Amino acid sequence: MREPFVVAEGLRKTFRSRERAVIALDDVSFSLARGETLGLVGPSGSGKSTLARALMRLVEPDGGSIRIDGEDWLGLSGKALRRRRGAIQMVFQDPLAAFNPRATIGGALDDPLRIHGMADRGERPRRIAELLERVGLPSGFAQRAVHEVSGGQRQRVAIARALATRPALIVLDEAVSALDVSVRGRILELLADLQKSDGIAFVFVSHDLAVVRVIAHRVAVMDAGRIVETGNTPDVIANPQSATGRALVAAVPTLNLG
Amino acid sequence: MTEPLATLRGVSVSYAREGGRAFALREVDLAIAKGERLAIIGESGSGKSTLALALAGLLPPEAAVSGQIDWPGFAEGPRAGRDIGMVFQDPGSSLNPVLTIGELVSEGAVRHLRLGRAEARQRALDLLARVRIPQPEAALDAYPHQFSGGQRQRIAIACAIAASPKVLIADEATSALDMIVQAEITALLDMLVREDGMSLIFITHDIALAAKLADSIAVFRDAMLVEAGPARQVLGRPVQDYTRSLIATHIDFSSPRLIGEPA
Repeated sequence: MREPFVVAEGLRKTFRSRERAVIALDDVSFSLARGETLGLVGPSGSGKSTLARALMRLVEPDGGSIRIDGEDWLGLSGKALRRRRGAIQMVFQDPLAAFNPRATIGGALDDPLRIHGMADRGERPRRIAELLERVGLPSGFAQRAVHEVSGGQRQRVAIARALATRPALIVLDEAVSALDVSVRGRILELLADLQKSDGIAFVFVSHDLAVVRVIAHRVAVMDAGRIVETGNTPDVIANPQSATGRALVAAVPTLNLG
Repeated sequence: MTEPLATLRGVSVSYAREGGRAFALREVDLAIAKGERLAIIGESGSGKSTLALALAGLLPPEAAVSGQIDWPGFAEGPRAGRDIGMVFQDPGSSLNPVLTIGELVSEGAVRHLRLGRAEARQRALDLLARVRIPQPEAALDAYPHQFSGGQRQRIAIACAIAASPKVLIADEATSALDMIVQAEITALLDMLVREDGMSLIFITHDIALAAKLADSIAVFRDAMLVEAGPARQVLGRPVQDYTRSLIATHIDFSSPRLIGEPA
């Protein structure tokens, strides 16, 4: 049998300051198939963002391994790492903080195309227009400044930027949490559509299990740096096995329509 | 007929902008009953936080206010801090980082209830126990940064109710917290309001949270009141399309999933 697309095993990370040590990842293992979404849920400080950053290699784990497409992802460095980085992209919670505020949208999308050698200078305007179209924005947006557009539109630009390098995996860290509800639904639909058409795998970090249920095939529940429970999302919600899983299920308010 | 707490008539709030005025609230008419729990719901830019500041009399000096807010129960109008307690979204920035928890929580009691030092400390201790801060005695001499986000919000709530206000305004008080802590803080607000007979004005973007806590709901959009009424009526038989769309876009465990099985 072929190994899953992403296999993480025994990941450990401790953050130390003068006074104390915080164990952010404590023997974390999971796998992810191509075209699959894994939800990461848990309370604040449970380690989900550290895990997302470890996948991106923005945080170096103290131990454990990550294999992507059979390759030792944590063993890559220098040129080899840079060459592969485009395969994994990230979308953050606050799209305003995720862009150079003075950049135009076209400039923000030009960067990954140039840096990762995705398209020649002459070709790039057309690719930028295509990327904008894919995320449901008019191509004329390329001339606008990032700070001029709404929060939902900005998050679409962040998704377009992630798509620029034709990634196989996108890590979404609370990517819809700061959006208005009317916008949130449409961004989730966009993500589901992109996954269907391109077979992109997602790691979807959220504290909201109801949102995770809509978008994620499987879910891993984290608490205090550990994955305390994992399974198909509907199964975990119907029958949570861990105390944290039960608390997360109970915390979702039901809209009682009287 | 229930007694009114506050009546708003044609309330507008605007700010000077290049070439005109930008309205943060436009011609709002709203009646708030004494002892009720009113949820103000709306998306970004709807005017819901402006309404909270207008009620508390905390609008910045450059805001132009027109219309009328009547408070029949308060001869000279309510005072923020004494008659109206406020809880904001981010307790990290609403709690003064250089004061101890004891100083922060007793400040309202010292200023508005004229308590002495020892009494104020005892009052702070009682309040911290009420908002379920573990080891309240030790917490008195600690600083805000030593607490988690959820505990800081509990401390901010203790500050808000220190002078026994008649009205508690919670402006997105649970939005920055994770879902588990959010549920705990919501339950705490519910208990405090019930026990003290306070009126609660609960401002949120989350319609399900509003449904859980409120007797009445007022929906705001683009600086205007869209519709208001008893929670059951607004949620069960909404009159406006916008309210219907807010209900339709809400995500809970009954929402349709967007995914099939992975290829």
